Amino acid sequence: MARVVVDVMPKQEILDPQGQAVASALPRLGFEGISEVRQGKRFELEVAADVDDETLSRIAETMLANPVIEDWTVRREEA
Amino acid sequence: MTVATGARIGVVTFPGTLDDVDAQRAVRRAGAEPVALWHGDHDLQGVDAVVVPGGFSYGDYLRCGAIAKYSPVMTELVLATGRGLPVLGICNGFQVLCESGLLPGALTRNAGLHYVCRDQWLRAENTTSTWSTRYEPGAEVLIPVKHGEGSYVADEDTLDELESSGRVLFRYVGGNPNGSRRDIAGITDTAGRVAGLMPHPEHAVDPLTGPTDDGLGMFLSALDALVTA
Repeated sequence: MARVVVDVMPKQEILDPQGQAVASALPRLGFEGISEVRQGKRFELEVAADVDDETLSRIAETMLANPVIEDWTVRREEA
Repeated sequence: MTVATGARIGVVTFPGTLDDVDAQRAVRRAGAEPVALWHGDHDLQGVDAVVVPGGFSYGDYLRCGAIAKYSPVMTELVLATGRGLPVLGICNGFQVLCESGLLPGALTRNAGLHYVCRDQWLRAENTTSTWSTRYEPGAEVLIPVKHGEGSYVADEDTLDELESSGRVLFRYVGGNPNGSRRDIAGITDTAGRVAGLMPHPEHAVDPLTGPTDDGLGMFLSALDALVTA
């Protein structure tokens, strides 16, 4: 088994109102110097040894992310 | 008032669907027989058209409509659209059709982050699709919206193509409730048979229970197409 992490982020050109809301709340809480926040999703998959990278990419592209609005990255975590 | 046409229109229910009963009522009121289709069905029961109604299919887990696209009934539906089956996706149904690739683009979180529930003016843009022939071009109609993730987005090329090919079905007027690009409330596929919109025509079929009966025209339009076909 290996742990695979898939990060899914809204594309840069897609409005991210949730990230904007977080960014605008930070100064109100006294945190200065944060100019932008973008909010995404992180998936952690426990994967059998014989699952190849191509399969993981297909999982990310067809299910975990919507490529119309989101970018994704897949990486295997070192044990 | 209802004229029976003999047409049968399927209404899909996923776990978490809310508006299937209203959609069935709208179908009946327009003069067709509603046929309940369950998400696990591998068979569309020979219906003449399908409505994918609103709600929160599979709890909106992952993304709105993302799990629904893998349901058996959607697999059948996608195949049937290839044979010309008319399909209307309303609200969550619109999200499901976009996730399934039957319609371009995607629906994202409302720009204002708030869930919006109000009666909304729309302008009919495309009046030649299967679902919109009963509307006069440019007609303004009042139909409820109620959603938290209804901001229509697509890349600029796709938006330009939708505009130039006349595939924008309705546009928001008198205020854009969700930040949709170019005020787009609904679109159709290239053939004009598959349509999706965020507002709820099935909630506007009877002045007793809705703001108007302006939504009935979408169902009547489809029936016109089915009866003359």
